[in-house]
Amino acid sequence: MTQTLAAQINSVLAALILLTAFGLLMQRRIYGLLHLFAWQGVFLSISTAVVGYTAGLHHLYISAILTLALKVFALPYILYVLIHKLNIKKDVEEMVNIPTTMLMGIALVIFSYHLTAPVRELSTLVTKSTLAVALATVMLGLLMMITRKKAVTQIIGFLALENGLFFAATSATYGMPLVVELGVALDILIAAFIFGIFFFQIRTTFDSLELKEMEKLKEED
Amino acid sequence: MTMTAPLAAAFFAVIIFLIMAGVAPFLASRQASLVRIAFLFSAAASVMAVYAGIAAVSAGSAETLIIPIGLPDLPFYLRVDALSGFFVAVVALLGLFVSIYSFGYVSGLAEGRPVTSLVVFYCLFMAGMLLVLLSGDAYFFMISWELMAVSSYFLVCFEDESVEARRAAFIYLLVAHVGAVMILLAFGILAGFAAGFENFGGFTFQAMRGAHLPPMWASIAFLLAFSGFAAKAGVIPLHVWLPEAHPAAPSSVSALMSGVMLKTAIYGMIRVTFDLLHAGAWWWGGLVLCLGLVSAVMGILYALLQVDLKRLLAYSSVENIGIILISLGLAMIFKSFSMNLLAALALVAALYHCLNHAMFKGLLFMGAGAILHSTHGKNMEGMGGLIHRMPQTAVIFLIGCLAISAMPPLNGFVSEWLAFQAFLLSPVLPGQLLRLLFPLGAALLALTAAMSARCFVKVYGVVFLGHWRGKQPCEAHEVGVSMRLGMGLAAVMCVGLGLFPTFVIGWMDPITKGLVGASIGSSAQAFGWMWLTPVASARASYSAPILFAGVMAVIAAAYYILHARSSAVRRADIWDCGFPKLTARMQYNSTSFAMPLRRIFGSLLLIRESVKPGDARRPLPFQERFTYHLRVMDRVWYSCYRPLSDAAFWVARHATRLQHGRIQIYLMYSFITLIVLLFFA
Repeated sequence: MTQTLAAQINSVLAALILLTAFGLLMQRRIYGLLHLFAWQGVFLSISTAVVGYTAGLHHLYISAILTLALKVFALPYILYVLIHKLNIKKDVEEMVNIPTTMLMGIALVIFSYHLTAPVRELSTLVTKSTLAVALATVMLGLLMMITRKKAVTQIIGFLALENGLFFAATSATYGMPLVVELGVALDILIAAFIFGIFFFQIRTTFDSLELKEMEKLKEED
Repeated sequence: MTMTAPLAAAFFAVIIFLIMAGVAPFLASRQASLVRIAFLFSAAASVMAVYAGIAAVSAGSAETLIIPIGLPDLPFYLRVDALSGFFVAVVALLGLFVSIYSFGYVSGLAEGRPVTSLVVFYCLFMAGMLLVLLSGDAYFFMISWELMAVSSYFLVCFEDESVEARRAAFIYLLVAHVGAVMILLAFGILAGFAAGFENFGGFTFQAMRGAHLPPMWASIAFLLAFSGFAAKAGVIPLHVWLPEAHPAAPSSVSALMSGVMLKTAIYGMIRVTFDLLHAGAWWWGGLVLCLGLVSAVMGILYALLQVDLKRLLAYSSVENIGIILISLGLAMIFKSFSMNLLAALALVAALYHCLNHAMFKGLLFMGAGAILHSTHGKNMEGMGGLIHRMPQTAVIFLIGCLAISAMPPLNGFVSEWLAFQAFLLSPVLPGQLLRLLFPLGAALLALTAAMSARCFVKVYGVVFLGHWRGKQPCEAHEVGVSMRLGMGLAAVMCVGLGLFPTFVIGWMDPITKGLVGASIGSSAQAFGWMWLTPVASARASYSAPILFAGVMAVIAAAYYILHARSSAVRRADIWDCGFPKLTARMQYNSTSFAMPLRRIFGSLLLIRESVKPGDARRPLPFQERFTYHLRVMDRVWYSCYRPLSDAAFWVARHATRLQHGRIQIYLMYSFITLIVLLFFA
């Protein structure tokens, strides 16, 4: 596999990741969100493996396997079980309507390309063109957290954001050292457990998972 | 290391206090024995520390000990020299008297509520104060300083169910911490210039002493350290916590806080300005002198107008700190003009007043505690005639009142007289401002002395003389033996320090020799122990023993004339000017006694005064009742602190608009910040 081929495959995967990020923004069903999130994980994993192959960095394979195991299977499964057990309404409730969100997302992608232009000119890596996509994925994840009402959708937004960060790490510097990767992977898993506990706590306190209920925690003057 | 070494003895005393603080919670189930054991040990530890302090001053040399605990590479340095030895002796001496007093006083408190926390924090407080004086590096100093501040915070809010106590404690903690930050910054500057800002080499006092600061940085360090210590000492305008905290705390604690905790701040000032910064520009002294004068005059003025006994004593502490600062400022001015002998005289006056104030203010607060203990009230308007109920306490309290009013031959007179000598003996100094400041300062000091005498005439007259003013019949009774013993020992010290000043001044020689390079011990004792001649006998001399003998002779003669012949005293009704319905309410009370001064100095204070007729329909001459309302407020509070706290609340109210309680909005803040930073980076 030549460098150019690898770069092209990588670009395709980057495009798919961006596509799933937009898919997360416009998806109205919670199970659909989970599927899209899992697909994003798949693309991310393949992309990592490809980068690892072309750059000859074997520890990236481990990262790829970890990503596959955690983000494609474990986390969606945990969230699926949670949604099922908590009997959450299957619709995504948004604060800003979806077309507007999409427009904002497009603006953010353009902004990311604008921001990373200087980096693209300086970098010599195969993956240099994907940095903009990675940044865009981070921002879209954040946008999703801001525009959704339910706690579960926020968690998925957060995890998508983390995917973006991971992608940025592989595309900008061929990944972080393995120790850091392992640590981050473990953090994500623990975060998922903590989210699960919090869901139960929030529901027992407020009888709902609407974040609006948490406004009551504010101090009245 | 032998056990006779002063540092070892002092350190051992600290260890005893710390152990007692640790052990006390285990004795909580037996309150009576807890009080007895704890105060027995703290009295023993105090005796040891008194010995250590006296020996350290006599030895005159510095002793250092390094304890390898704390952070790695940052051991604690313990150090005792003549200056810290002096303050250790002062702290421990009053600590001894208060410990003895506490046997009775705290047992009385223990009948109403558990006193375990009081005992624990009392021991920690004593240990903290001693460690502040013993620490030889800035790092350990700050730790001890915080230990002292926090433990006294818990002592102030000992009666934590009362809103006033909690509020007072909060204000105290706030001021203490603002002060501590200033001190920390000052030490930071000193350490930075001693060994660079990158390492910890400069944090010992030894290294700071050798630092060469540019004049501007020295001035900044001085101003920071001075304002930090001034907050602790209660110098106007940083005194606001004092009149709140002292009445709220138990009396034994107020005695310690006012008597010796304020002195640790004075110690800090002397340590930083004379020892570490080697007393720089003359305006430092000028500033200290001016603030001292303001504190002295305003402090005693506020004291005069108080009706709460402990609040009055607290304001009187502000006044006495002012007097100490006046002497200290003089010493700094003289030192900056290289007049070492006069600097030594002024410094001795300051230190002597520290010792004296610890004794008589400790005595008076203990006395206030005794009065509180037996009458259950703090308001002087409801007291009177206690001399009949508590004859021994009355005599002891009278000695305290005389001493604080600077009446010869008691100790207060000696130190104030020395301060006057420092004013009067000063030659013509360069600078128009100083030439103006000196006579003015002497005049204001005289005014302060006179008003403080008036203030304590009021206290004694209203509380002990006359008739009981309260609505309920008086149930006051004499307090227990240990309380009287604690107060009595302090009173003996007041008399002793007044009668034999030459010995004390001779003992203090090493301190001034070390700090200003001169001493007045030999000249003061030039005419034997009977005569105190600060600089030269041609200028001024004072003999307390002869004066004392004279006073005693007059008292004996008066007693003989009045009592020796039984027919000389004829008891009859008071002459009532033909109006036969005299009641106790017609006596002079605290407010009416202070009224003339309220009229004269009213413009300096914030006074709300109103008289309302009881029945609005009747014309004025036919009114049967009037309601008189008087409120004296601290102008500093309303002009400096209220705007500050209002501004803080205003900012906080507007800042809460950012708080919506919605996660999405909080996330949006981060998101927008991120975008903006990325865009403009």
